[in-house]
Amino acid sequence: MSQIVPLIILIPALGSFINIFWGSRLEEKQSALIAIFASTGAFIIALLLYFNLLATNYQEAIINPFFFDSWLRIPSGGVEIPWQMRVDTLSVTMMLVITGVGTLIHVYAVGYMHGDERFSRFFAYLNLFLAFMLVLVTGNNLLMLFVGWEGVGLASYLLIGFWFDKAKGEGYRNANAARKAFIANRVGDFGLLMAIFLTFWTFGTLDFFKPGEIVNPDVQTGAAWSDHHGDAYGEDDGHGAEEGDHTEGEASLGATFVLTSNAYAEEVEDDHGDDHATDPAIAAAPVFPDNSHLTMEQMGAFGQAERMIAEQEESGEAIMVQFGPFEFRFGVVITIITLFMLLGATGKSAQIPLFVWLPDAMAGPTPVSALIHAATMVTAGVYMMVRANTFFHFAEVTSFIVAIIGVITALVAGFIAIGQWDIKRVLAYSTVSQLGFMVAAVGIGAYVPAMFHLVTHAFFKALLFLGSGSVIHGVEHGHHHVHDHGHDDHHDDHGHEEAFDAQDMRNMGGLAGKMPITFVTYIIGTLALAGIFPLAGFWSKDEILADAWLVGIGGGGFLHSLSGYIALVGLLIAAGFTAFYMWRQIELVFFGEPRSEAAEHAPESTAWITIPLMVLAFFVITLGAMNTPWGHRFATWLEYSARHAHAGQFQILLAIIALSVGIGGIYLARVIYGDKKGYDAERDLDALQKTPAAPAWHAANQRLWWDDVYFAVFINPFIAAGKFLADVVDWRFLHDDFHNLLTAGFQRAGGMLATPVDRGVIDGSVLGLGRFAQWAGDRMRRPQNGFVRSYGVWLLSGAILVVIFLLIPLFQNGG
Amino acid sequence: MLPASPVEVEAYVILSFVLFVIGTLGVLLRRNAILVFMSVELMLNAGNLALVAFARQWNNLDGHLFVFFVMTVAAAEVAVGLALIVAIFRSKNSIDIDELHQLEG
Repeated sequence: MSQIVPLIILIPALGSFINIFWGSRLEEKQSALIAIFASTGAFIIALLLYFNLLATNYQEAIINPFFFDSWLRIPSGGVEIPWQMRVDTLSVTMMLVITGVGTLIHVYAVGYMHGDERFSRFFAYLNLFLAFMLVLVTGNNLLMLFVGWEGVGLASYLLIGFWFDKAKGEGYRNANAARKAFIANRVGDFGLLMAIFLTFWTFGTLDFFKPGEIVNPDVQTGAAWSDHHGDAYGEDDGHGAEEGDHTEGEASLGATFVLTSNAYAEEVEDDHGDDHATDPAIAAAPVFPDNSHLTMEQMGAFGQAERMIAEQEESGEAIMVQFGPFEFRFGVVITIITLFMLLGATGKSAQIPLFVWLPDAMAGPTPVSALIHAATMVTAGVYMMVRANTFFHFAEVTSFIVAIIGVITALVAGFIAIGQWDIKRVLAYSTVSQLGFMVAAVGIGAYVPAMFHLVTHAFFKALLFLGSGSVIHGVEHGHHHVHDHGHDDHHDDHGHEEAFDAQDMRNMGGLAGKMPITFVTYIIGTLALAGIFPLAGFWSKDEILADAWLVGIGGGGFLHSLSGYIALVGLLIAAGFTAFYMWRQIELVFFGEPRSEAAEHAPESTAWITIPLMVLAFFVITLGAMNTPWGHRFATWLEYSARHAHAGQFQILLAIIALSVGIGGIYLARVIYGDKKGYDAERDLDALQKTPAAPAWHAANQRLWWDDVYFAVFINPFIAAGKFLADVVDWRFLHDDFHNLLTAGFQRAGGMLATPVDRGVIDGSVLGLGRFAQWAGDRMRRPQNGFVRSYGVWLLSGAILVVIFLLIPLFQNGG
Repeated sequence: MLPASPVEVEAYVILSFVLFVIGTLGVLLRRNAILVFMSVELMLNAGNLALVAFARQWNNLDGHLFVFFVMTVAAAEVAVGLALIVAIFRSKNSIDIDELHQLEG
């Protein structure tokens, strides 16, 4: 069953391929249908994998696609990286979110992108994104993760800059935003690459886990043993074993599953397969409930790390890792690896210090913002860190830094969101802030809440973005409506049209009655984001806070404990910010009186847009049920793929505090912005200037000058250096001065060479040879005067000479 | 074995040398082709005389034999040479060899 997993990548890739190469010949409907079919197909496969996991007691599988079994093999270097895909609870969670939300957004985009000149290209990119994102989450090694990581970066770049050709400099801004995202991500990618290199150096493999390895011995059902040998053990291989497709030789180790509670040596019983989902303690396990029978080479990076950590704890001596001439303690190496991973996560998941690209990424079409920059791609960093939970769990210092970065990001982004006017920009900063929640959760070791928040956030943030897109669409329509009907005689008044910003909340207001479906769904998303009971956001946010509290009082080391307290306080404040800015948005957009003619004439969006909104809203309401404090089903589910996942404990007091913070934020926003007459920007700003809050608001409005600082510290010097290099060094020096100098030098050298060398030596030798021949001929001509008698004299003198030569020995002998 | 000559061999050699020198000078100094021709004959016969004298001195017949060859070749040479001189005379109306210098370098 799990063998179908390559299709989940192939289908969107195929959809993208068709739309790229034949898109221009297809109708809008055809392009959209292809893309939606591809996305839906992927979703169905994800669902099948999900049910398969349920049916096989969370039996993870490692699949070698038949067309790609090994794609990087350097025998001399010991490098062998198989194109392996991993189907386990963690990857299936991500697959479900990506394809589920992705499909809804595809449907939405049909309505949103209607009429765009590059309609099919947009869907090609969306499918491409899905394919790469699924590569990212299905890979069984860090390099496949990296391939997907770069691929989604590419798709993100293409889609942020999708409207690169808009008029009036807007296209330039869009392209710039795309470049910004790409460059900021390059910095993060460097970190991830370094982490990959170090991992390979330390463990000799990039695989997460190798076939036959058990991820979490505490709950594990046993690795997927080969089904070929499983049959020999009779009735007990029923679940799981069938899914193993491993070609490795461990099959002989057998697939005998025995029932265990804690001692695993008990006898086989027939009812072992029942109800494992809710009771991890009673799970079928193989004869080898841990990995002790495996050699290091038979384990992936995480398994090796677990064993080294265990050995280190047992012996009390630090294991050393050799890096050429250097030697580091194992703990130090893991800390460095995780720090580099964190750098990667700050890029992709938009954390401080690299988060600046995400708000600008809102230049892309709204479905892109919802899918890539809220629901899926930006969570890749969180996914990666949860995947590497073995490392992060062990690296205490890194975990502390991760928690701090997450909390600061949540606070800073939440604060900035308060001062923004652009409807999408508020949501963008909100996304950064919520990602901060997830990262902070990873930092305090709350991997399940992090993933839980990732899932719920994907749904309600996608809902909010799509809702905002619906609002923008409505306002734009209203604007065109006004322009076409109300101002027929002002067609020359184009300046008015271009100046209108359909995303500025100051131009909205009073949309609740005009766009009822959008309004209701938006309210649901907002309440979920603000963490109001009983919506999804309440449960996931509360899980994080509860875990932070537990970590704080748990006393698991000073740093760990401290990070728990910091996360608790920081995230509570950030939750207050969240409720405030979200309700501010509701007030500005939906309540009060319309503040522009466009808002007054805004129509409700089409069914293409409203149906995805309603579906998402349904999930936002119900999704919290998957990990309620009474069931912790999600925790149980994730424990099978994350070694250090654990269920949190519900704290009723904390839940009440968090809820009151959320309601307090909403109340405050209602007080400040909930003016019956509607918000008046100028009047209220004037009023604000007189309050003590003015500097704070200004700071938030100016985004804490974060971008300005980057511009001052990095970008402007960089541009100045570039200009200097281009203008002074390249143009003036190289092209002018150096070039002239070089020409003059060549001229002089040529002149110097021409007379003495060319004329003197070369010409002289050739001409001299000729002159010599002439002279010699002249001389040799003289004896040949034609007079026979002179020849006779020569003949005679020759003869006399011969005679003399003949006579010389005679005289010598005789003498 | 021939009886010993009353005349010493040195006398023959000196005569031969004198004849050769006269012939050489005749070749080099005379301009009349006939006379040059005759001088050549004189040189040949000077050589012949020396050959015969030495042959007798050493009681070796090779010298005599060689003289016959020389006289035979000289006779043939006279025939060719006189024919050439006649041909030259016909073309130039003269047998002055100094006028024959068309092949100068």
